[in-house]
Amino acid sequence: MSTLVHASAAPRAGVAWAVRHAAFVRITHWIHAAAFAGLVVSGGAILIAHPWLYWGETGAVEAPSLVDLPIPFLLGHSGWGRYLHFQSAWICVLTGLVYVAAGIATRHFERELAPRRAAAVVPVIDDEREYNPTQRIAYLGVVFVLLPLAIATGLAMSPAIASVYPMLVTTFGGQQSARTLHFGVAVALVLFTIVHITMVARAGFVRRTRAMITGRLD
Amino acid sequence: MRDRISRRGILRAGLVTAAGVAGLDVAVRIADRYGLIPPDHGGIYGLGETLTYASQRLLTSRASMAREFTRADISKVAPVNGGPPKLDEYLQLFARDWADWRLVVDGLVARPHAFSLGELMRFPSRTQITHQACEEGWSFIAEWTGVPLAHILNLVGASPKAKFVVALPFDRAWESIDMADAWHPQTLLAYRMNGDVLPTGHGAPLRLRVERQLGYKSVKYLRRLTVTDSILAFGKGLGGSNPEDGYSWYAGI
Repeated sequence: MSTLVHASAAPRAGVAWAVRHAAFVRITHWIHAAAFAGLVVSGGAILIAHPWLYWGETGAVEAPSLVDLPIPFLLGHSGWGRYLHFQSAWICVLTGLVYVAAGIATRHFERELAPRRAAAVVPVIDDEREYNPTQRIAYLGVVFVLLPLAIATGLAMSPAIASVYPMLVTTFGGQQSARTLHFGVAVALVLFTIVHITMVARAGFVRRTRAMITGRLD
Repeated sequence: MRDRISRRGILRAGLVTAAGVAGLDVAVRIADRYGLIPPDHGGIYGLGETLTYASQRLLTSRASMAREFTRADISKVAPVNGGPPKLDEYLQLFARDWADWRLVVDGLVARPHAFSLGELMRFPSRTQITHQACEEGWSFIAEWTGVPLAHILNLVGASPKAKFVVALPFDRAWESIDMADAWHPQTLLAYRMNGDVLPTGHGAPLRLRVERQLGYKSVKYLRRLTVTDSILAFGKGLGGSNPEDGYSWYAGI
């Protein structure tokens, strides 16, 4: 891991070889981005078969619903939708495990993402070289709260998983509650993605995107 | 010097690749031996489907039971998709109160048999209140009474070579399940629902209950069960009408 130079550990003078994003961050970022796009598209395909949300164990058109999304019922897309959803989910989970393991091994979370008191004291942050407090909280929230919640609520909808871990379903308040929460988490993740891409665009889309591909800013 | 290193490098890469392919081949054979490879393991979605099926088969056992509920939890509405079969044969059997109806159980069995409804009802029964989710997203809780499929498999002497039970109904919505689900204690041939005779819309006179999978595996309007080691000879060879319509064969999700 000695070849990785972390932003916070890199020399301040803007040395040419300073790596903004470590290789494992760049690789897992793009694989995850593709898999997340697959999850959103296929999740939509599954949702439109029955775009009403419920609370508790059960829910159906004739039963009281929690939210009726203003989308028409459109059958026939959840076949490929489910195939793509689980394929993307597996890629997401496996990539996520690699990212978290590498992040712990290289102290990526500790050095670059852990909220620091000092960051709040230092008036000006070189935002090209390190993350500001909002970014830190947002990224950690996505990695350690939203994505694990998406996985847990997703698994809670599986009748086979529920036969092994019934507590998973009851914790969320029932199978339909898990479905509703899964949708809520997905919306939060999509909102994060929109804000994330907007901020990248505002900060200089080409330059920042290149840094996430090559690892270098300059 | 450089040439030699690169040649050695190529040789080493080749050996590693060969070992990797051989290792993968062994892994696939072992996985297949332990029933971890679903019929739809090929194609672009094969990887995800195989990972899902294999991990759930490793995680679940015959002792992992689908959640069961109380009478108070039974849903007021239990929706159905589609109507009963329009086949004349079905309507005639229905008109005669299923007196001439038989469930044929054949295939890889020592003693094939055609069971009457009365015969099935005299066997030891199991009653369970379970949650059924449709692949569309809706769900309901209902009580089901029937004879465990395991009891029937024992009676007819299912072969140890069996890999699937194919459920063939009077309508087009046929399916197949693996032996892990076929032998599972909650897998029923149900003839009662919520304490009453099985309503027409819910699969009268007899339906399958596969409680650890989505609703489409619980085949309604049963007429025949075939025990087999290959699903290739049935329909388009995909193991069910839903897989033929693009849905995954395994629906434990």
